Amino acid sequence: MSIKGGVHQDLIHDSAAKHVSGRAEYTDDILEPVGTLHAYLGFSTVAHGRITSIDLSAVRAAPGVVEVITADDLPGENDVSANGMHDEPLFATDEVLFWGQPLFAVVAETRDAARRAAALAEVSYDTLPHATDIAASRAAGAPLVTPPLTLKRGAVKPAMAAAPHRIKGQMEIGGQDHFYLEGQLSLAIPGEDEDVRIFCSTQHPTEVQHVVAHALGVPAHSVTVTVRRMGGGFGGKETQMNAFAVIAAVAAKRLNRPVKLRLDRDDDMSSTGKRHDFLAEYEVGFDDEGRILAVDGDFFARCGFCSDLSGPVTDRALFHADNAYFYPDVELRSHPLMTHTVSNTAFRGFGGPQGLIVAERIVEEIAYHLGRDALEVRRANFYGPGRDLTPYHQQVTDNIMAEVVDELVATSNYAARRQAVLDWNAKGGIIRKGIALTPVKFGISFTATWFNQAGALVHVYSDGSIQVNHGGTEMGQGLHTKVAQVVAEAFQVDIDRVKITATTTDKVPNTSATAASSGTDLNGMAALNACEAIKARLAAWAADKAGLPAEAVVFGTEGVSVGDKVTDWAKFIGAAYMDRVQLSATGFYKTPEIHWNRDTGQGRPFYYFAYGASVSEVSVDTLTGEYRVERTDILHDVGKSLNPAIDLGQVEGAFVQGMGWLTTEELWWDDKGRLRTHAPSTYKIPVASDIPREFNVKLASWSENREPTIKRSKAVGEPPFMLAVSVLEALNMAVASLDGYANCPKLDTPATPERVLMACEALRSAPAPAKVLEIGE
Amino acid sequence: MAHRTRLTFLLNDREIALDAVGASDTLLDFLRLDRRLTGTKEGCAEGDCGACTVLVGRLGPQGLVYESVNACIRFLASVDRCHVVTIEHLRGADGGLHPVQQAMVDFHGAQCGFCTPGIVMSLYALWMATPKPSTADVETALQGNLCRCTGYAPIIRAAQNWGGGQSADPLAAERDSVIASLTAMGSDRVELAKNGERVILPASADDLAEVLVAEPKATVIAGATDVGLWVTKHLRPISPAVFIGHLNDLKGIEEVDGALRIGAGVTYTEAEGAILVRWPHLAAYWNRIGGWQVRNAGTIGGNVANGSPIGDTPPVLIALDARVVLRKGTTRRSLPLQEYFIAYGKQDRAPGEFVERIDIPLPAAGQVHAAYKISKRRDEDISTVAMGIRLTLDDGKITKARIVLGGMAGVPKRASTVEAALIGQPLTEDALVAAAARLGEDVQPLSDWRGSAEYRMIVARNLLRRFALEQTGTLEEVGA
Ligand SMILES: Cc1cc2nc3c(=O)[nH]c(=O)nc-3n(C[C@H](O)[C@H](O)[C@H](O)COP(=O)(O)OP(=O)(O)OC[C@H]3O[C@@H](n4cnc5c(N)ncnc54)[C@H](O)[C@@H]3O)c2cc1C
Ligand code: FES
Ligand code: FES
Repeated sequence: MSIKGGVHQDLIHDSAAKHVSGRAEYTDDILEPVGTLHAYLGFSTVAHGRITSIDLSAVRAAPGVVEVITADDLPGENDVSANGMHDEPLFATDEVLFWGQPLFAVVAETRDAARRAAALAEVSYDTLPHATDIAASRAAGAPLVTPPLTLKRGAVKPAMAAAPHRIKGQMEIGGQDHFYLEGQLSLAIPGEDEDVRIFCSTQHPTEVQHVVAHALGVPAHSVTVTVRRMGGGFGGKETQMNAFAVIAAVAAKRLNRPVKLRLDRDDDMSSTGKRHDFLAEYEVGFDDEGRILAVDGDFFARCGFCSDLSGPVTDRALFHADNAYFYPDVELRSHPLMTHTVSNTAFRGFGGPQGLIVAERIVEEIAYHLGRDALEVRRANFYGPGRDLTPYHQQVTDNIMAEVVDELVATSNYAARRQAVLDWNAKGGIIRKGIALTPVKFGISFTATWFNQAGALVHVYSDGSIQVNHGGTEMGQGLHTKVAQVVAEAFQVDIDRVKITATTTDKVPNTSATAASSGTDLNGMAALNACEAIKARLAAWAADKAGLPAEAVVFGTEGVSVGDKVTDWAKFIGAAYMDRVQLSATGFYKTPEIHWNRDTGQGRPFYYFAYGASVSEVSVDTLTGEYRVERTDILHDVGKSLNPAIDLGQVEGAFVQGMGWLTTEELWWDDKGRLRTHAPSTYKIPVASDIPREFNVKLASWSENREPTIKRSKAVGEPPFMLAVSVLEALNMAVASLDGYANCPKLDTPATPERVLMACEALRSAPAPAKVLEIGE
Repeated sequence: MAHRTRLTFLLNDREIALDAVGASDTLLDFLRLDRRLTGTKEGCAEGDCGACTVLVGRLGPQGLVYESVNACIRFLASVDRCHVVTIEHLRGADGGLHPVQQAMVDFHGAQCGFCTPGIVMSLYALWMATPKPSTADVETALQGNLCRCTGYAPIIRAAQNWGGGQSADPLAAERDSVIASLTAMGSDRVELAKNGERVILPASADDLAEVLVAEPKATVIAGATDVGLWVTKHLRPISPAVFIGHLNDLKGIEEVDGALRIGAGVTYTEAEGAILVRWPHLAAYWNRIGGWQVRNAGTIGGNVANGSPIGDTPPVLIALDARVVLRKGTTRRSLPLQEYFIAYGKQDRAPGEFVERIDIPLPAAGQVHAAYKISKRRDEDISTVAMGIRLTLDDGKITKARIVLGGMAGVPKRASTVEAALIGQPLTEDALVAAAARLGEDVQPLSDWRGSAEYRMIVARNLLRRFALEQTGTLEEVGA
């Protein structure tokens, strides 16, 4: 017999029944205290300019308005930057740096009144030249928002010069809005002394606590931040909620009334950071077999007006610019460019996808150049024995890339299907097909080493019920379910006995963001450590009472056995309580072995790697650029899964989100520097009919983490996002068929129907190719 | 005329009566803020994400029909005499989870759960009508629901594995009492007010005509899938608001004098059967207008009256030589639909006048049709380019041509030069390609976030070629 809901079981999400019945409480659903007011923001309407005058009298006079708050009214510093750079004003005062930058807040009796009032501000500007994209920013010689990084191994110049083949190329990679279904919001409730309680949809309660404390000029102990669940985060609530929490808190303390701030979707999308767009310029040297000899790359990123997380995001792009491939001699440089746009931020993969996709494009370019199946080129370049050092000098010791790819090639019937695609295209029709297999290797750990710590608090109540709290936040990824499984397993009780409560800074302090896929790795371990502490106390007590060694106490499915006497869990706990055993413990965990020196570009930033691969087949209408993903097969490594059902869901969801990034999700700024795709009417994330017509997703059930992570599992949040690159390269192939695969069409992203059609047109109008290669012979 | 000054409707299992209702009050705010029914979520407030999906049951020409709609852009006043059903009302016959909810749990259809109530409501509407849906059915039901977490696959699995029990469903069990309650609410004109805003729900089309003569500046609101956004996104005042979506005498669909007459209040969903049986070429096109919720609420009359150059019905209706019938008081006039669109933002509609119906001449021998919609995303997206085509052939030669473009100019635009070039030609790829080359003489599209001018032009030309390939049977079919 085993317990219900232990580890390695397919368990439903702990909130599933509440989700489907509308009873799961999100921040906007919390019963508002009597007297709650509502704040809204006034936003800039130029991309770059000096404010020459700002007249808020109409705002103040509007019906229902209670207060208007400007930078002058802030008790602490006008800054919400979390990284200590002091470069992110809450309200622009003199210079406006992007369209949609907050200028002031208005507080009113209702949200509608606040929103209507905010629109009445009269602001005039001296407009200044703006640069919203990478090209304009480079042309204008824009500054970097944060120090760049160089990764370097060997001597790239001589290696490049000596290479039998060289290709230079560039790739434009679009950004992405998070489009969490629940927008940004905060509710602040003032308390006695300097206290304020904040309910906020955030992945990083501790950071909200710090930023609010900073803005109020009070110690962190006065601010409590709570989040039960988010309606999606994806990185968009790692730092971006800070400003909204601060405004709610400042207004609440000023007026001594609860204040809620919830943005309209359009304002949310116009004023919060997104995935960084990149422009990569690369040169690769390789031999006749397609083996890479040298890679030289520059990665320019649209960072927006301030640094936010752009430093670690652009670093991670470089960390993944090798993907699964060994670069014997390599130099990679990041260029985190300032632009007059929202400050770009964390988003699932955190720069990794933008690095990885360039590695994949490099491989594709080599394949087209040599007239080979790109899969052969990929295999020829995988890390392997003696070829296992990354550009950041970490040795890849847990490599299972080849195994994953071999299995997927077989199960997806790749070879035969590729031949069928080639045969189809050879008929020369309007509809063209493409197929591509792309691998993923993704490094797990925060590169800011100190973030790799977590705390938990476990209470066993005298009736045997268990309450668990930890520093991680629930945004749909099933973190709470997995941690509850770990706890149930530790005590050998059914999971129904375990309740996970809202994440809150007064239960577990000094937490890290739930980010970098690390939620379960860190918090699961911390919770386990707390359980072990309680178990040790219980065992010592029970053994002592029975006059037996502590090893005689076993926590089993039938109850706790002491020697040959088995006691039901609840009775056992009741007795322990009566005997005054402490039934509550904190747990702590820090990831071992990792270290990273950014100055030398060397270290072991990642505890381990997660692997996966996908094959996608597409068909493209070469008259309109419209396309369909006909089939996708995925094999993904999550180590020894804590909960295969939840992990599978993460893989499927991440893939589709990745597809959206690479296909229909387009951020489009007009010539005035205003984002025009700022709502779901104009910004198109995938809908149900966009997903692959046939979608086969499997976990590599044989995999176990070689490192002693929680139950030998691996992180799952981010890595599968990048599996979607197979869709892009399949589209690329379909287009390439128009001139017999003689050229790599180099589709930039997002590969909207327009980009696909324009790539088709470019090939059709290009001069006939000198040689038509039969690829995949 | 006798009228009521109280809004009355059913909300789940309660009868609601409200005396103070403003023109711009939305159903979603009423549910969440006034009733604290917080299961219905706001994700966008513009009808595009489906998090706010509820069912609205109404006594229409077909009796009591429940449809999924977006509560965020649905005006509260428009649910007079309706049964509003929210996620809180959903339950299984045994009081536990409903089979749709149970399947969503069992198949891990929710991750963050924020989209979930809306998805459950869309699926519930599907479940009632289609107990064993195909993948395509599920995708259609979910066109208007965004989920950022799951990738939809588990939701589709849930819908294909849910339990039955339709006849024991609470809504089925309550049906007679709901009909009785709604009927008892009476169909008089309703006039409401709040904070200086005024609302009128006329009792009939004739009453509407009277109201509009008296209130020529009023905002006419049918499905509110355009007007809703004026309020939620642009904070525009719309009072006095005259609602017409409930008027069954604007919901007629009938054949008269060789034309199909479609009342201005007929929604896309209601028109679908009658249109597709006569013009099957519109099937795929129709399915791509909005999402399911939008098609349940949005009307053809509203699409035409709105006058937008990116509305999807004008290009295909003008290609079919449709006419619009406008009415003011008791005076009616009929004009070719194309003439209704004068210029960008300007239509041939006088104050006090309203669109009463659209007349579409029935198909005739020798006609070949096509309709195309190109957009960034296949479902629930606005057209980058839309095209309606009707050619008449005699003895293998094109004798008449109607080619109408959407998204390419300030109004739905006929490609007259291309049409002229086709007269006398055979329907071949060469003829279409040659004529398409002259498209630049008819339209000079703009660049925007939906597509560049160049892309629009290339696509429009290529669509004419595609049309020829389809007609001559030389286009390969792929995919599922
Ligand atoms: C999410 C979403 C997706 C959409 N997708 C599409 C799409 O794919 N294609 C497309 O074409 N449109 C789309 N629309 C726009 C909209 O749905 C259509 O234009 C719809 O047909 C409008 O009809 P309605 O009944 O909702 O009009 P309403 O919003 O009620 O009214 C629209 C306008 O018409 C006027 N009006 C309505 N009825 C009459 C009448 N009888 N006489 C005089 N004036 C009248 C109103 O005063 C108003 O000016 C979409 C909208 C949303 C919210
Ligand atoms: S809230 Fe998004 S459709 Fe209504
Ligand atoms: S479950 Fe999160 S948006 Fe659907």
